[in-house]
Amino acid sequence: MEHAYVRDTMVDARQPPRGTEGPIAWLRRSLFASPSDTLLTILGMLFLLWAVPPIYNFLIGHAVMPGGTVEQCRAEGAGACWAYIYARFNFFIYGFYPIDQYWRPNIVFVLGAALIVPLLMPSAPFKRINAVLFFVVFPIVAFYLLNGGVFGMTHVPTEQWGGLLVTLIISLVGIICSIPIGILLALGRQSKLPIIKTLSVMFIELWRAVPLITVLFMASIMLPLFMPTGTTVDKLLRALVGVTLFSSAYLAETVRGGLQALPRGQYEAGASLGLGYWKRTYFIILPQALKHVIPGIVNNFIALFKDTSLVSIVGIFDLLNTVQSASSDINWSSPTQAVTGYVFAAAVFWVFCFAMSRYSLWMERRLDTGHKR
Amino acid sequence: MAVQDNIGSSAPRTSLLNDPVFRGILYQIIVGGLVVAFFYWIVVNTAQNLAAQNKTTGFDFLFRTAGFDISFTLFPWSRTSFYWQAFLAGLLNTLLVAVIGIFFATLLGFTLGIARLSSNWLIARVATVYIETIRNIPLLLQLFFWYFAVLKAMPAVRNSFELPLDVFINQRGLMVPRPMPDGEFIWVLLAIAISVIAAIAVGIWATRERTATGRYPALVVQAAKIADAVVTFLVAALAFTLLSQFVPVLANSPAIAWVVALVAAVASLTRFAPYSRAVVAFAITFVILASLLRAMFPGWPPFVIDLGAAVAGLVMGWISLEGTLRRPPSEGRFPLALLILIAVGIPAVVYVVTGAQLAFELPVLERFNFRGGVQLPPELVALVFGLTIYTAAFIAENVRGGIRSVNKGQTEAAQSLGLKEGDRLRLVIVPQAMRVIVPPLTSQYLNLTKNSSLGAAIGYPELVNVFTGTTLNQTGKAIEVIALTMAVYLTFSLLTSAFMNWYNGRVAMVER
Repeated sequence: MEHAYVRDTMVDARQPPRGTEGPIAWLRRSLFASPSDTLLTILGMLFLLWAVPPIYNFLIGHAVMPGGTVEQCRAEGAGACWAYIYARFNFFIYGFYPIDQYWRPNIVFVLGAALIVPLLMPSAPFKRINAVLFFVVFPIVAFYLLNGGVFGMTHVPTEQWGGLLVTLIISLVGIICSIPIGILLALGRQSKLPIIKTLSVMFIELWRAVPLITVLFMASIMLPLFMPTGTTVDKLLRALVGVTLFSSAYLAETVRGGLQALPRGQYEAGASLGLGYWKRTYFIILPQALKHVIPGIVNNFIALFKDTSLVSIVGIFDLLNTVQSASSDINWSSPTQAVTGYVFAAAVFWVFCFAMSRYSLWMERRLDTGHKR
Repeated sequence: MAVQDNIGSSAPRTSLLNDPVFRGILYQIIVGGLVVAFFYWIVVNTAQNLAAQNKTTGFDFLFRTAGFDISFTLFPWSRTSFYWQAFLAGLLNTLLVAVIGIFFATLLGFTLGIARLSSNWLIARVATVYIETIRNIPLLLQLFFWYFAVLKAMPAVRNSFELPLDVFINQRGLMVPRPMPDGEFIWVLLAIAISVIAAIAVGIWATRERTATGRYPALVVQAAKIADAVVTFLVAALAFTLLSQFVPVLANSPAIAWVVALVAAVASLTRFAPYSRAVVAFAITFVILASLLRAMFPGWPPFVIDLGAAVAGLVMGWISLEGTLRRPPSEGRFPLALLILIAVGIPAVVYVVTGAQLAFELPVLERFNFRGGVQLPPELVALVFGLTIYTAAFIAENVRGGIRSVNKGQTEAAQSLGLKEGDRLRLVIVPQAMRVIVPPLTSQYLNLTKNSSLGAAIGYPELVNVFTGTTLNQTGKAIEVIALTMAVYLTFSLLTSAFMNWYNGRVAMVER
């Protein structure tokens, strides 16, 4: 049926109002919206003008690039001494690990990267096998590769491990060990059984209350006292125990958040199916609760990764400690030596932490599939 | 009936192991037993180890002479002091850093959090870059940077940097003037306390009257007008005196500044008040900006800087004019100037009347070192600096989250009530945001206090350094010392959570 008042052609899209599109409008909107905004913009630009050129000159403009000499670094007005970082690079990565054995940590690095990348990609297949390989098989393989003493590999005691290698080992072991402990503690804290609940609460609150440095002191001084007479505990192992206890308490609180966020109906539905506590927890509760808190768990790992730098206080040569001790290297002594080292270490830590935080944000958006009520 | 037959008869027989109640008890017995056995094992091992090392346990060591030096204490310390005094010194040093750090971190954190939400693209970006950089670098690394790379690289004593207000900075730390109040000064302190309370009381009374009757009491309105003029006079006098330093012609005749201030004060009583405010705003902006830019860009020609500062001052003056012209008449305004005048004026009068003296002992460079003043060690400065900068990034994120958590509808509702920007923030947005901000803010304060233990790594004598470090090494009482240290931090933590529970209970939203 034809109606004269029904259009049969589309109206052309009209131009947007003038002054709402394009770079000029953007500038006006976001930099010069009002007189006070303009003033803020000018002040901000002056600040950048004051701060950026010296930083640029230090990092790039006047910096001594790899291949430069120490004399160039000592010159008046020289910037960052990248030549020094380049010269001591192996020390920062491997610590005192024997140079002819570098292939062993290298294999560990490659293996770890090859396993973790597909694990972090939600679309990659074989998640279960991948997880078992990364969380169970990889640590064992890595330990025997680094420690040696089997298959004709020379034994390298942990005192010789160092640099980024140790930083990564401590954070990885801390992460892998604290996940199961943290989940058990969180379940314990939610439990209806009074003794288990009390024990979990005490454990969690104690470790969360004290600074990590006292935990590390405790682990490195008191752990040997707690062991039967005559046993020695490896220094690195002591730090690992401390870090794991500490981070599992924090992880437990994150997981508890996920458990509490789950609607009661899920618990009741599991019970009404006749599932026992463990089956209900494993098949129904945990998969949903953990999914909720993946971003929180990643944030815990960021904190843990930064906190590993504290092991340098109890005398372990992690990345920060290698940088710190190399800064008194007289072969490269120059006014900018210490700063360059710190900038390098900061950049390494920053890259890892920033990548993790972006991953956590991305996961948050991906997982945000309408579960929020 | 069949259904009723079951009542009274026993439940269907199942194995005792499948009974949830029995299982619960069994699990608890197993776990409890394991924990007890574990602790028993530890205690036995520890006793054996201590016996093998010929060590005793007990807290009697606290009353023995410490015999070591502490580089910085808040009370007189000598080598003959006891270990419990060392504990106290460390605890006080921890608290000192915590209090100073919390103060500055809160200021910086709130500024950054608001800046990151700013509609100004540049300001928001600068704040974002700061937060994302600082948050992702370990605190210990930052402390090392400030201590070893910045403060230790400061010039030697002879070439100290001179900062404004007679503050000097060099390798040995920050030298600041030492306040030297005399015996009469106690009255001034008393007057400050009383007048602040009085100002708050007047504010509350005036607000109540206004809520009840619709307008502020006539007495308050009249007093507020006079107070406005007085405050305008004082601020203008200060601003124009400083301004005249930049203009050679005026620098020689200081009386001009006072005359201008007097004119501004008189004008503020008439209908020209907005213009008087605009002129004062110009002077303040010019003085701050010109001195800041001269310090930041020493290479730039002064007249360019002065010109820029003058333009910025004109813009600020115009903003002030726009703002004040649109404001309600002074009868409807909160008498802020009056309250400030009460809080500051009464102590000032007492100061003059009692003849009290507050002298400052200035640090003076002598042959080899500074004499006089307070010497803040570089460890303290580095620790405060590092903690402030690090914690501020986290506080900023909490503040941002809190402000964003306030529903957009609240802003719109406030707008539809006709509230202005400032009132909207003060009365509607901030109270609701604070509910969300305060709990994480308290845990950031606790984190800062715990993180101050990293001062041990750069040699600041706080609790962990003095007690878990030196005392433990000297006495070998590992268990007692570490237990005591942990107990202190546990107390902090429990106090914090007690406060948070109280606060949460107080501000919890009353829902239908």
